[in-house]
Amino acid sequence: MPDAVIQVSNLTKTYSGGFEALKGVDLHIRKGEIFALLGPNGAGKTTLISIICGLVNPSSGQVLAGGHDVVRDYRAARSKIGLVPQELTTDAFETVWATVSFSRGLFGKPKNPDHIERILKALSLWSKRDTRIKELSGGMKRRVLIAKALSHEPEILFLDEPTAGVDVELRRDMWDVVRRLRETGVTVILTTHYIEEAEEMADRVGVIRGGEIILVEEKAELMRKLGQKRLTLHLNEPLDAVPVSLAAYDLELSSDGMVLTYSYDTQGERTGITRLIGDLREAGIRFRDLETKQSTLEEIFVSLVRSPS
Amino acid sequence: MNLHAIRAIYAFEMNRAFRTLLQSVVSPVISTVLYFVVFGAAIGSRIEEVNGVSYGAFIVPGLIMLSLLTQSVTNAAFGIYFPRFTGTIYEVLSAPVSFVEIVIGYVGAAATKSLGLGLIILATAALFVPLRIEHPVAMLAFLVLTAITFSLFGFIIGIWADGFEKLQLVPLLIITPLTFLGGSFYSIDMLPPFWQTVTLFNPVVYLISGFRWSFYGVSDVDVGVSVAMTGVFLAICIGIIWWIFRTGYRLRT
Repeated sequence: MPDAVIQVSNLTKTYSGGFEALKGVDLHIRKGEIFALLGPNGAGKTTLISIICGLVNPSSGQVLAGGHDVVRDYRAARSKIGLVPQELTTDAFETVWATVSFSRGLFGKPKNPDHIERILKALSLWSKRDTRIKELSGGMKRRVLIAKALSHEPEILFLDEPTAGVDVELRRDMWDVVRRLRETGVTVILTTHYIEEAEEMADRVGVIRGGEIILVEEKAELMRKLGQKRLTLHLNEPLDAVPVSLAAYDLELSSDGMVLTYSYDTQGERTGITRLIGDLREAGIRFRDLETKQSTLEEIFVSLVRSPS
Repeated sequence: MNLHAIRAIYAFEMNRAFRTLLQSVVSPVISTVLYFVVFGAAIGSRIEEVNGVSYGAFIVPGLIMLSLLTQSVTNAAFGIYFPRFTGTIYEVLSAPVSFVEIVIGYVGAAATKSLGLGLIILATAALFVPLRIEHPVAMLAFLVLTAITFSLFGFIIGIWADGFEKLQLVPLLIITPLTFLGGSFYSIDMLPPFWQTVTLFNPVVYLISGFRWSFYGVSDVDVGVSVAMTGVFLAICIGIIWWIFRTGYRLRT
């Protein structure tokens, strides 16, 4: 893939205890996209990110970041990457300003107070710049970690569970931050428990289970492909039971008899909607409203990770 | 060479020292002053001169070494252990820095701190006893070399330790006894012949002997041997650190 900013090829990781965390992962991340990596706990999300960022040594396979091998050419590769870890691991006694400036230096960039100021302002940390980190709330610490990861102007940003334990308002703020980053051309890879987050933000979604990537798809495509749709009909008059003439449609009738629900596969050759409506008229059933609803990504995800491999 | 990273680590560590100035400077100075009061002024006046040096002055190099070794090990061990303990080490490991740069940053800062402390104690000592330094350049060189060597040693301890107990164990159980038995308070020819031989297996003997030579021109062992032994210990520490980063021992899984 020519526009891939990260290329993972046949990556494996077996921990010293014998646990096989990654079993030959292949993954391409496109430049400038927001990629959501979904998976249950222990699926290998953090291991994969940790190898790309240099925290864990791979057992075999290769990772290229911005065209640079993350092991052999680690300097060039790592200077392009910013990492926001899952745990709130921050210094305690340093000020926000000092710790963010430290990160910039660590990644080999000369001092640039203007840039640090921009980041702190964008993350609503500016008023806290001289505050010691231990005095900050959990949400504020999360912002500090993001500020640290952005301090050296990375092209690729990893967010490992960025909004875990963060209140709804702050989560919305962070999504805004991530979207603004994408506008500046930064590639964002996030792992998340909140399917809502992937659904809201991601361009593409990858699902990892048991150390294997089982699916990578455009989010819209994924939802279209795997999505069951439901047609809900609100009736004019209540029904006692679904008429025998409509038995073939596998309809569900609500307990008050006022709502009929029809599930269909959007991928199917024929959805059967036209025929259903014709048959309803034939049966003398009139409805005053109808709606269709797509499965959420959450429903898709749950069905994916539950199904046997 | 990622000079910005070295500077960032170094400055970060030095800031930590200035933040805790009281405990990092005042407490070693006070304990050294107490040694001078007890051994120099009170008891020292009743002890004969050693190799033509008054006892109060004789113990100065050993006392400086005692602080230098303990502080180097403690500073460097804590400096690298603390980020491992809190988890902030992830950032250093994911940064485009080589292990050489990491070591220069952390060990350089620890060595600077203990060097500064050594000089402060030297100045303090000058207030209590008449000092003379015959080879000032060699004296400074010994200070620097020892500070670096034992900061490297402390760095290893800080990587090896998996709890705060181990972090304190090494200075307490190894460095302090070796320094006390390494001729801080006596010349090794005061010992019975058997113990004179045993004591030669204590690496600190060579440090103190060489350091004392730079003050008074007299030493227990030849100054060349002192320099060589310090060099050997330095090389061993560098070798272990190289191995740590090559294998990722306790740093990368």
